[in-house]
Formats: sequence, C-alpha cells, structure tokens
Amino acid sequence: MNEPTHGEVALALPDDVAALAQLPADKGEVHLVHLYPREMSIYGDLGNTRCLAARLRWHGYRPVVHDHHPGAPWPERADLLLGGGGQDSGQARVTEDLERHADRLRELAADGLPMLMICGMYQLFGEAFITVEGQRLPGLGILDVTTRGNATRMIGPVVLDTDFGSVVGYENHSGSTVLGEGQQPFGRVRHGQGNNGSDGYEGARVGNVVASYLHGPILPANPALADGLLEIAARRATGDWVPGEIDDTVATRAHEAQVRRLLGS
Amino acid sequence: MGVRTTLALAAGKGARAVFRLRGGGSALPGLVTERIDPAVLRHTLGSLPRGVVVVSGTNGKTTTTKMLVALLRAHGLRVFTNPTGSNFTRGVISSMLGEVGLRGRLDADVAVVELDEAHALHFSAQVPPTHSLLLNVARDQLDRFAEIDHTARLLTTLAEQTTEGVVLNVDDPFISRIRGHVRQDVRVGWFGVDPSIADRLPELQEADVRPEDEAGVVLDEQELAGAALLLPADDGRGLTVLCPGGEDLGPVSLRQRGLAAMINATAATAMARHLLGEDFRVEAAAAALERVSPPFGRGEVVDVGGTPLELVLVKNPAGFTVALGTYGAEPVATMIAINDNYADGRDVSWLYDVSFESLRDRGVALTSGVRGWDMALRLRYDGVEVGDVEPDLDAALDRFLREAAGEPMRIFCTYTAMMHLRRRLAERFGLARFGEDPEA
Repeated sequence: MNEPTHGEVALALPDDVAALAQLPADKGEVHLVHLYPREMSIYGDLGNTRCLAARLRWHGYRPVVHDHHPGAPWPERADLLLGGGGQDSGQARVTEDLERHADRLRELAADGLPMLMICGMYQLFGEAFITVEGQRLPGLGILDVTTRGNATRMIGPVVLDTDFGSVVGYENHSGSTVLGEGQQPFGRVRHGQGNNGSDGYEGARVGNVVASYLHGPILPANPALADGLLEIAARRATGDWVPGEIDDTVATRAHEAQVRRLLGS
Repeated sequence: MGVRTTLALAAGKGARAVFRLRGGGSALPGLVTERIDPAVLRHTLGSLPRGVVVVSGTNGKTTTTKMLVALLRAHGLRVFTNPTGSNFTRGVISSMLGEVGLRGRLDADVAVVELDEAHALHFSAQVPPTHSLLLNVARDQLDRFAEIDHTARLLTTLAEQTTEGVVLNVDDPFISRIRGHVRQDVRVGWFGVDPSIADRLPELQEADVRPEDEAGVVLDEQELAGAALLLPADDGRGLTVLCPGGEDLGPVSLRQRGLAAMINATAATAMARHLLGEDFRVEAAAAALERVSPPFGRGEVVDVGGTPLELVLVKNPAGFTVALGTYGAEPVATMIAINDNYADGRDVSWLYDVSFESLRDRGVALTSGVRGWDMALRLRYDGVEVGDVEPDLDAALDRFLREAAGEPMRIFCTYTAMMHLRRRLAERFGLARFGEDPEA
C-alpha cells in the first residue's frame, strides 16, 4: 500500500477493513498481492481483494495487501495472488512486467500458491492469445488454454457448478477460450456462455490456480470460493486454518436470488 | 418534404396521443415515426438556421443540456430539445412530435439534443451536428460499450462528423485528445476547472492508464481566451465561470448541488459562448443558470408532506462517487435501489469501485431493486449497517416513507429504479409527469 492512490481503484484496504472486526487479529498475517489494480480492474475486480481482506479479518487473521504495479519490485511476500480484467490498452501495459515475472509466477503456481485470475489475466495465464488477424501472442503457459479473439462478445449473467459449489457472476469477454486436453475447467455452465459458448465449460483450474471469466466481482457473492482460497493461503502462511464464524446471510441471499432468477429454481 | 415524412409524422403524432392517454413511455411514438421514415430527423432538424448541437459523454448529459437550453433561451433563441433524458434517436423524435407540423416544420432556431454515446453516431448519420459538446468518458454500462476506449472512440467519431464547432473538456484526457481528430475548419472550444481546484478532479473522473505524454493537452493562449473555467466559491454553493477572453460569469448559485453540477454549468457556458460569440451576455447567462432546476431524479427534491426527499440517479462508479461526495456529507435517512435492466447496465460489478464509507455513520435504512441483496452485500464489505433488504420497489418505498416520516430522506437509484420510484412519487405528491418538465 505504499503506492499512491489512483482514481477510484486503490482504496485503503487493510486499515478500514481492520476497523470492521471486533476480533483480535491473532491468527497470523496473510499477504494478498493484487496484480495491476490500475490497469486490470475495470469491472470492479478490486472487490475480490477487498472481500478477501475483509474475510481474513473476520476470521481473525491480519491481511496485508500489496498492490503490484508494472515496473515495481516484486512484493517481499505473497500468500495469494489476485488479477482482474482490463481493456486492451491496459493489457498491453502489463505484458512486459508479466514477462519479467513469468518464471516466478510459474514456480509459484507449481508450488501450490493460490491464485485467482479473472478475465484478461485468465487469458494471459494461458498458452496463447490468437488475435482476430491470426497473430499468436504467447501467454505464461500456467494454464493449458488457448484464447481466440472473436467478433462477438459473450456478455451476461452466469451460473456455474464448481468444486466450490454453485458460483454466480457476470461475464463480458470477446476472447473465446478452449481448454487443452486434460485441462480441468473451473466449472460447468448452467446459465451463460462460459469459455466459448459451446463446450459448456467455464474457466480453468490447475492446482490452486483458479481462473475464470466471471466478474461480479466473483468472491463476495460466492463466499465458499473465497474461503476455499483463503484456507489454502492461511495454511501456507501460518501452518493452519482456523476459520471464525462469519454471518453470510446477505451473501447467501444475493447468491440465491441470482440462481433463482437465472435457473428458475 | 416528402409524403413519407408527413405520413411518419402523422403516425407518430397518433401514437403519441394514445400513449399520453395511457400515461405511457416516451420513446415509442418516436420509434413508430422512425420506422416509417428513417430520414425524418434530417428532414426536420437539418434545416434549422442556427444548427444542431449534440451534447454527449458519460455523465451529466441531461443536466448540461438543460442548462445550455436555458442559456440560449435567455438570449432570445427558440430552442428545440429532448428534455426527457430519453437520449436515443427515437427519444429525440418523440420529443419533436409535439412541436412539429405535419410538413416537418419545427418552430425553432436551433436544436440542442443530448445523445447517448452510441446513439450519437446513429443520429449523426442522419443529421450531421453543426456543434458538439463532449463532456467526459467513464466506465458505464460496459455490457453495452465493452471498454472505456471504445466509448472514447465513439465520441471521437462524433467530433469528426461535426461540421462547425466542438467544445471539449480540457481536464478529461479521453476527451481533450479528440482535438487532434476534428476537421481543419472546425472551431475547437474548451471548458474545464481552474487549476487551483484541479486536485478535486480525481473524485469525478476516470484515471487514464496511458503514459503521461499521451495523457492530455495544454491550451495555448489563444485557446485559453475562448475557454470557460470553473472557480467554485468556498461556501460550496456559489461559483464563477472564468472567461479569460471576456467578462467572467458570476458569482452565481445553482439550484443543483455539487461539483459535478458546477462543471456542467461551466460546460454549458462554454458552448453558449461558442455559439453566441459577441452576442453572449453574462448577466442573462447568470440569471438563466440560477433558475435551472435539477432534472428529474438528478438531485431533484420532492416535497413529502413537508420534508424533503432527494432523488439521486447513480449509473456508474464516477457518478455514484460524485453523488456520495455531494450528498453523503449531510447524513439523512437513506435508501439505495439497484436494478440491472438494460438501461441500468446489466452488470453491477461497478458497485465495488465505489467507496461507501461516507454512509457508515448513519447507515442505510433499506436497499431495494432487483439487485437489492447485492447492494446490501456491497455495503457490508464497507462496514455500512443496512436496516433491511426489500427487493420490491413499491414495498420498499412505502416502508421507507413510513419509517423515515418527518425527517429528510434521500434515495440513490439506478435509471429504471428511478423511473419507477419517481412515477410512484408523482402519483402520490402531484409532481410533473416525466417528459413534461415545464422549466428549462
């Protein structure tokens, strides 16, 4: 949080979140790294970082949030990585920095570090992005997925079945993504388009790397997913996971309202 | 004027009469007319002696249009406008149906129309605007526009199609860099804020992630002489519009609150000076700006049995942030209604780009709308206490009016929620109907 604030994107996270919890934050520190909050957080993906920081605090942990900007040194510690969606100009601005940290990111992923990569960052974590003109832009190769630029955008509310239960969100992407052979999806589409509108898959998952097109942002209305990621992060950071009691009534109602509306059940 | 236009206008007028009897929507008669004669706008607006002015941008179109119309009327011009905030072409046509004869003659010197960024191009394909006033570009309805850069491109194209003059926002790099795209014979005018308050801009506009050298423009002396710059008074209500090449306007007090309204007044002043040239008179302009009432639902104050209820439209992160900055400092009983219909923007992710901390002290009595639960969830993550969630707008309004009776109230709402609530409020408290705003 040493970076200057910029527009609405960088909100002071840990302090005001800390003020919201009555519990002592005595279960240890968990470091969250938000990759490119300026360039790659166009659809409120900052909300995922805010959600995790708040939930950590509610669970009795101390969240430390690092905003990583292009060209800045790598944060001294990372227990969980977050990335969001941006527009093409934003994506172009982060490519160089992503390349610089490519080996590190691949190692961290292989080591089981939990990561949540949404939309544009999901695409950059794949094997390649093939533009409408046919140009092949290589990705980090952490996920065995290939994305093609598409003339029509896939836009609208989504409901998925995932390992973390049902997940609701909103997709807005022109890239059409195909999973490589043996690549596990993040979820199966019950409403919406998903990766490409045809194979019924959404997102991708390798180890603890979860990638998805869903905004929403995805975590607040899907607390099981949020806590699933936090459990892995907290175990890595502190050796244990001792969740607190969180009242998720409002999140559950928001989640159920969307499921009912979109699936009619 | 062709038979087709006459037929189209007759059909539209008929539809308008029917819809008005039923108290219905504002755009459908325009749609009927447009279907029969797609060129109806060119036939009616294309021949106005002082031209066609388009006002576009993400935030402030309705307020700025209303102010600009008031400024021009104060100078004796007969102005056609679409005062309803129905900012698609069919909305413009609907507005026109009441004023145009069957031969297509419109009794006006100039047209001032607000247009949604996408529909502005549909419009300009029909009627190339003589002038355009471009306000700002921010994240809004990304389910329609996909990217901010895309919205900026739409406005750039509109400027390219403008034939006589464009007025641009010097402080918004998405807008100011349009300077490099207008036709050579098109005059460029500017509005902005005085450099002494530039530090307040980040609360209003989108941060541009482009490198600094591409960020914006600096005005030379000649350009500055034609610019209008906002200097707010310390009391938060008054403002002066500095006109470096002429007489300053003000101090005046607007009836609509907040910095955003002041910037809109500055933009309207810049365009009025640009259009009127030597004929622009600061006294007339100042008096006109002081009289303009807030448009429907944009900080409009409804008298609820002796206590004020403010209806505040919020559509995107920049707009909500500004609204909270303007109104949040005076805590009152608050309701927030969030819908996600097409006109609202179907994706509510943007709520996470707004900080609601200013509501923490007083809390929010009710959240409502289709996404009422999502709004309550968002507030929970900012530590704002929520009294209850009632997704049904009518039930929520009833409860809110009952439970907050006797104290000042405020409702923040998205577009279709605002339309719904305002209709109910109009029935109960005898307000002017939508589209019949008598004052300009």
